[in-house]
Amino acid sequence: MGSGHGTELNLTLKVWRQKNSKAAGSFETHQLTGISTDMSFLEMFDVLNEKLISEGKEAIAFDHDCREGICGMCSMYINGRPHGPKQGVTTCQLHMRSFKNGDTIVVEPWRSAAFPVIKDLAVDRSAFDRIIASGGYISVNTGNAQDANNILIPKTDADEAFGAAACIGCGACVAACKNSSAMLFVSAKVSQLALLPQGQVERKERVKKMVAAMDEEGFGNCTNTGACEAECPKGISLENIARMNRELMGATFK
Amino acid sequence: MSQGFLKSSIGKKFVMGLTGLFLISFLVVHCFINCLIFFNDGGLTFNIGADFMAHNWLIRAGELVLFFGLIVHVIQALLLTLENKKARPIGYAKIDGAANSSWYSRSMGLLGTLLLMFLIIHLVHFWVKSRFTGLPGEDANGNENLYAVMQETFKMAWVVVLYALSMISLAYHLLHGFQSAFQTLGLNHKVYTPIIKKAGIAFSILIPFIFALMPILMFLGIIK
Ligand code: HEM
Ligand code: SF4
Ligand code: FES
Repeated sequence: MGSGHGTELNLTLKVWRQKNSKAAGSFETHQLTGISTDMSFLEMFDVLNEKLISEGKEAIAFDHDCREGICGMCSMYINGRPHGPKQGVTTCQLHMRSFKNGDTIVVEPWRSAAFPVIKDLAVDRSAFDRIIASGGYISVNTGNAQDANNILIPKTDADEAFGAAACIGCGACVAACKNSSAMLFVSAKVSQLALLPQGQVERKERVKKMVAAMDEEGFGNCTNTGACEAECPKGISLENIARMNRELMGATFK
Repeated sequence: MSQGFLKSSIGKKFVMGLTGLFLISFLVVHCFINCLIFFNDGGLTFNIGADFMAHNWLIRAGELVLFFGLIVHVIQALLLTLENKKARPIGYAKIDGAANSSWYSRSMGLLGTLLLMFLIIHLVHFWVKSRFTGLPGEDANGNENLYAVMQETFKMAWVVVLYALSMISLAYHLLHGFQSAFQTLGLNHKVYTPIIKKAGIAFSILIPFIFALMPILMFLGIIK
């Protein structure tokens, strides 16, 4: 039989362990045997954690929630890449069939001054929340929801806005970028609203405030390497970054 | 112009992109003038061009703007690179950069530093002589003989090797920089961006190649 059912792997896992945000961390090595290739990467961690707990040791802290690729919580930097070796997936969607028997897998937390480690592989991504809070909203009248076709939106705009709105705020773009730049995330959030009629009221103030908040949090400056786009599990395009640059220029010079 | 914009990360990049494109425009002019050596007439045509460049007040003023642009580009590059280092105080133990980006896009600071070192040596070779310490007399047309300096300089093998290697650095700096500058300025378009990228690749290979050809052909005695 090919890859898939019944195949089991023996692996060496090097995992970053760190007690808290203040402590200095280090790698811990674990030998794993009989890992099914049908397991997700997070399930492999569940197996390891159960073993650790049964041995009376402390389980490895890692973020996860939906386990179906939509919440953006899972955040491991696996063998030198955010979310591991596959393009367009989150860590919860990564399966052990992407690895070979005998592999050594290095697992690290997202590394960025703006994403301090909370514990082990879990990092604090509330910097993203503060950027959203600074301007990533629209003014709406409260009351009954309008009829969906009351405001007509060109198909191309709707499609681009929808594409930008697919961002799940996982932070892989920051983790992948050599500069720890948050431009892909922020530009997706700016674009999604700038493209739609509902976003026009705060359009200029929004981009100024969100870029200022992004800089404030200590993310680095974009150098257009494109690593973010290549690693984004939701295929957010670099076009959004160019759009945000235009939006900021438009908001500044007009 | 808003102070806030230039202090923002995007504003700093904007300055980088504009000065980068300005330096690219200078490369075009510089390359055209230097191509006059390919007339292979003992530098007579080239010296006409060089003499004109040295004495036209507009060009001299442009030279000042050029130095200013280069200095701003370099200072801004330094600031950006330092800030970006600070944004990741603890690095990764294992990085698979090749999986998501080109090595030269990640090495703009290094390539730029090599270019800066080259530019200093290059200025000492030619610009300092032509502007300050004087040239070795005039050619048959009565023009200042900058060509003679080229001939002297490119007799030295290490100089030729240095120039050729530096042009490789320039090529890679431009391979990323050319298209990157357009993205920075917000010019990303479904139809034009692929064209800009292709034009950028052609430019990044052609211009450094022609530049590198000059010392090599003079060293080999093919251009006399
Ligand atoms: C003839 C000389 C040069 C030309 C034509 C040139 C051109 C460019 C261009 C077009 C960019 C892209 C700007 C952008 O992405 O918006 C760039 C970026 C850059 N340059 Fe230069 N450059 C030159 C010399 C230098 C020197 C001497 C240095 C350094 C000391 C330098 C350092 C950098 C750095 C670090 C970047 C990356 C910044 C970024 O991508 O955001 N460059 N250059
Ligand atoms: S842009 Fe992509 S990589 Fe960045 S936070 Fe959004 S979904 Fe994650
Ligand atoms: S756990 Fe929700 S995206 Fe992975």
